[in-house]
Amino acid sequence: MAQVSNSSGPMQATSWKVWLGVVPFFLFAVLFLLSPSFRLLTASFSAPDGSFTFDNIRQLFTEPLIVNSYRLSIQISAVTALGGGIFGFLLAYSVTVGGLPKPLRSILVTFSGVASNFAGVPLAFAFVATLGRQGFMTAILKDVFNVDMYEAGFNLYSFAGLSLVYMYFQFPLMVLIMAPALDGLKKEWREAAENLGANTTQYWLRIAMPVLLPSILGAMILLFGNAFGAYATAYALTGGRLGLVTIQIGAQIRGDVLYNPGLGYAMAVGMVIIMAVSLGGYSWLQSKTERWLK
Amino acid sequence: MNFLTRLRRFPFWAWFWFILGALYFILPLYATFSFSLSWDPADPFKAYERSFGDSRFWNSFLYSNMLALATILASIILVVPTAYWIRLRLPQARRIVEFLTLMPFVVPAIILVFGMIRIYSTPFTIPFTDIVLMQPLTNFRAGTNILIVAGYMVLSMPYMYRSVDTGMRTVDIRTLTEAAQSLGANWFTIITRVILPNIRSALLSGALLTFAIVVGEVVLASFLGVSAFGPYLFLLGQHRAYEPAALSFVSFLLTWLAMGLIQLVSGGQGQAAGAH
Repeated sequence: MAQVSNSSGPMQATSWKVWLGVVPFFLFAVLFLLSPSFRLLTASFSAPDGSFTFDNIRQLFTEPLIVNSYRLSIQISAVTALGGGIFGFLLAYSVTVGGLPKPLRSILVTFSGVASNFAGVPLAFAFVATLGRQGFMTAILKDVFNVDMYEAGFNLYSFAGLSLVYMYFQFPLMVLIMAPALDGLKKEWREAAENLGANTTQYWLRIAMPVLLPSILGAMILLFGNAFGAYATAYALTGGRLGLVTIQIGAQIRGDVLYNPGLGYAMAVGMVIIMAVSLGGYSWLQSKTERWLK
Repeated sequence: MNFLTRLRRFPFWAWFWFILGALYFILPLYATFSFSLSWDPADPFKAYERSFGDSRFWNSFLYSNMLALATILASIILVVPTAYWIRLRLPQARRIVEFLTLMPFVVPAIILVFGMIRIYSTPFTIPFTDIVLMQPLTNFRAGTNILIVAGYMVLSMPYMYRSVDTGMRTVDIRTLTEAAQSLGANWFTIITRVILPNIRSALLSGALLTFAIVVGEVVLASFLGVSAFGPYLFLLGQHRAYEPAALSFVSFLLTWLAMGLIQLVSGGQGQAAGAH
């Protein structure tokens, strides 16, 4: 067994034997992460008879059912990323530099940690009890304010309803990302700006926002991916009536609803690409902010 | 005058957003709780009595807890030596391993289970022959359990790995290792008796996050066809009204408990996504 004290020597680093230590991890990753993903990739290029084809990829952009499901998923992810991002930012602002008492911050951060993890089936049920036809808020609005939401066209099991449900795990994630970033705004910047005669609006528009913007955008992109990959919440709420990409893929796993297995794999690959682009965008923007907010 | 300056200083908008956020957090929970109590005015806790009186609830709930426990143990066995080795001897592998641990953010649960079913529902054969080495994992109970625990390990990997790696950053593992070695300890002793106790709060928060992800997880469980708590709750919601509300409230309390404990042990903030 080699001595650790030798490990800083340049000879040690080149030995192939040290790589043996990470073999179990790589084996696990290949078996349960890489090969399932890779198999979907190769399967998306094969025709029903097993030959190589680009047809499945092409149909992603031409088949109306698939195009619509991507559009719907992108819309709901964008709406909840924007809404959750703005609301989450305002909340993070209010407990960091907004002048609220200190203890409220740790309450909000703990609650955000819980809420961003509280998703799936229980979340859907909670919103049915709140905004469903017989829901708590629906009843209050009807009895106290004389507003019938369902008469007015609202439906929990629709795009708007699902967006409200997604917001429940979206804005807490924004709070968790933005609270540390807002802490990074230095007092000196504000003082310097005020000494030079800037008012609050000028300070926010010309100093704080340019510093925070990459971080805000990056976090919103992360929220986008967060909503895009969601399945259980939407399925539990709408039972598959809202044709998101994840719902379509789920239906395809249960039984070949697209009548072409290759097309299902292509949908999965398209989804992974969108997720990869959004995560890549997030980490790129994150690295841009680190320069200022350290 | 004094009153006016104080009024000007009062952070009206900060309070406004905070209260709005608090309402968004609390209203669905309150609605769920009050609905779960409204089944029978004479016996407000009827939904809870019925839920907890159902043996299928206990079976699925205990099964999910066993899955969570297995996932946590297997993750620790896999992640701790890997993170340790990378910090100690193999820093050049850091980038690729961190990349792999972040991949579950790119491959959501529904895609992961899709690929797993595609691969492991066919028998393993010796290449280019028809000799079957192993039956498909999805065909027998132990195989499905292996598959689902592996899937949960993948889903919780980002949190487990980061948590363990951060824990190791704060203790000087190099000095600890040298000290243990000079006392004659072997690698197994070093990891189990020196490293693990030193990162126990990091391990605990990683474990609690994993618990929060696994108990109640529904995508992997339902597509692999295991009778875990998530699918049970989903099915219950199809044909009952009050029991699902009661159990939803209970699972919220469980998530709260896990996150509260993380705050307590680490002082940091726990965050997981992927169960959506």
